[in-house]
Amino acid sequence: MEEPKSTRYSWGGDEYLFVELAEEMSMGAYFRSMAIVTTLRERRPDGVIDICPANASYQVRYDPDRLQPQTLKRLLQEIDGEVGDARDFKLETRIVEIPVLYGDPWTHETLMRFRDCHQDPDSTDIEYAARINDFDGAQSFIDAHTGSPWLASMVGFVAGLPFLFQMVSRERQLEVPKYIRPRTDTPALTVGHGGCFGCIYSVRGAGGYQMFGITPVPIYDPDQALPDFSDFVCFFRPGDIVKFTQISRERYDEVRGEVEAGTVSIRQRPTTFNLRDFTADPEGYNERLLEVIHGD
Amino acid sequence: MGIEVRKPGLSTTVQDLGREGYYHVGIPPSGALDLFSLIAANLLVGNPERAAGLECAYMGPELVFSDPATLAVTGAEFEPRVNGRARPGWTSFDVEAGDVVTFGHLKGGARLYIAVSGGIDVPEKLGSRSTYGLGALGGLHGRPLEAGDELPVGSDAAAPARERSVPGELRPALPRELEIRVIMGLYDHLLTDRGRSTFLETTWKLTPVADRIGFRYKGEKLEMLEREQPFGAGSDPSNIVDAPYPVGSIQVPGGVEPIVLHRDAVSGGGYAMIATVVSADMDAVAQSAPGSQTRFLPVDLDQALTARRERNERLAQLRDALT
Repeated sequence: MEEPKSTRYSWGGDEYLFVELAEEMSMGAYFRSMAIVTTLRERRPDGVIDICPANASYQVRYDPDRLQPQTLKRLLQEIDGEVGDARDFKLETRIVEIPVLYGDPWTHETLMRFRDCHQDPDSTDIEYAARINDFDGAQSFIDAHTGSPWLASMVGFVAGLPFLFQMVSRERQLEVPKYIRPRTDTPALTVGHGGCFGCIYSVRGAGGYQMFGITPVPIYDPDQALPDFSDFVCFFRPGDIVKFTQISRERYDEVRGEVEAGTVSIRQRPTTFNLRDFTADPEGYNERLLEVIHGD
Repeated sequence: MGIEVRKPGLSTTVQDLGREGYYHVGIPPSGALDLFSLIAANLLVGNPERAAGLECAYMGPELVFSDPATLAVTGAEFEPRVNGRARPGWTSFDVEAGDVVTFGHLKGGARLYIAVSGGIDVPEKLGSRSTYGLGALGGLHGRPLEAGDELPVGSDAAAPARERSVPGELRPALPRELEIRVIMGLYDHLLTDRGRSTFLETTWKLTPVADRIGFRYKGEKLEMLEREQPFGAGSDPSNIVDAPYPVGSIQVPGGVEPIVLHRDAVSGGGYAMIATVVSADMDAVAQSAPGSQTRFLPVDLDQALTARRERNERLAQLRDALT
């Protein structure tokens, strides 16, 4: 893990303080952000409105009529010093299983409509991603996509959309450029990838990530009709750990039936993520994580 | 008590002062883009400031009232009409059961606010009645109004017995040429010196892509530093590792066409932001119409806080004048 560089603070107008922990994405920068944000939540001063962790940065929205900007900045600097490299940080979180129908008809129809926005109009997105990541075909790529867990390092863009960072060494991380020009349409629940980040589109809309498949389970429910959403409209929280599982069309239809019946529930288990243990042995750690979601 | 929407206008949504505390999962504040005008409309009809009203972009709706009510229309310059007869803006007026309210053409500004005594009484979602369209949350069914909709109106109306009017000096100017104050920062170090001066010296023209999410401007291309991109950032010099976006922040995808995010902002992404509009000037951005000319004026945090205090004083004067 690289040494933390000096933290950069920047005012986003008079209501936001933006904090960049590193220019490049890494587990180290992410866990520093999570550790700082977790401590800030515990010590939340009056006047703090939103605390938004992101991949290698975070921001705080505050009310300068109630909280002096410089007071907030000093507090963040103090917490930053206490957190240090966050190597001992433990995250109380959960691991969740997201079933994916790869190469599904809906994202396929959409990607064919937007071939003129793509680097490689003669391949599908998944064939293209497999080739540029040196896999011998779509299925090997899917095996890598489902083979190790992902961290929901940021939730946002639109309501409840998780950005997912693959928990493997950098050499093994899947990297795929975004579309050359963004699409104006993406089916809801598309599983996508852009740069080093995976994502699940929570709602239908514009998008630039490559499209690999679709999950049958809603991750955003503004009407809060499904049991997973009885407390809140978004399923994902920053810090969740995600395991993708490949499913067949039959299984997809079955789960959609459960969605229609209002009975569907995303499989999830609580876990504590320990950065020190992960850093020492990422592969062994991930295997144990996958046992948590599959063991009963 | 209700309001029938006979014609919805171009994009009319239910908005109040917005919801706070959910931006970390991508749910933006929403609420009236021009908060001053919504607050004024509410005070004119005797509502609490945080009551929900209607925000209408570029065109007024046609509404039929089932019961008597007191109305006020603020924000952009549109002539309100009751059964075809003109009524003044920024002034409360009464309607009777069966009255039809329509609007003349837009003469200045971009967004009209309508308050009705009792407030628009849609259910609160996450502490607010505001519509967040991208997430189909809040408002009436989470979307802009459509012809045939019925809007519920609250019953605890305390409409003032006499007409109220916002004094002229408190009504915002609605210029076609704007100076919007910004604090430079965030990722402005990715601009070259030339790119930075181009940003501040260009007169930007607002494009028709100007909605509750963001306002996109046309002008010069901004020169960005050529650099080795950090891991995870993406290949364009304007790309960064996906980061949170402040409301009011200005991003420049590809170095062209800056976008000012407004209150339905996307909460984060991979484009460098180079400045943020100060909170006191967000109402003015909301009232800029496509084709208007904008210069971005750099200020520091102290100047931004002074501007904020001046706006708070103007709100205090508004309350003094109307309560």
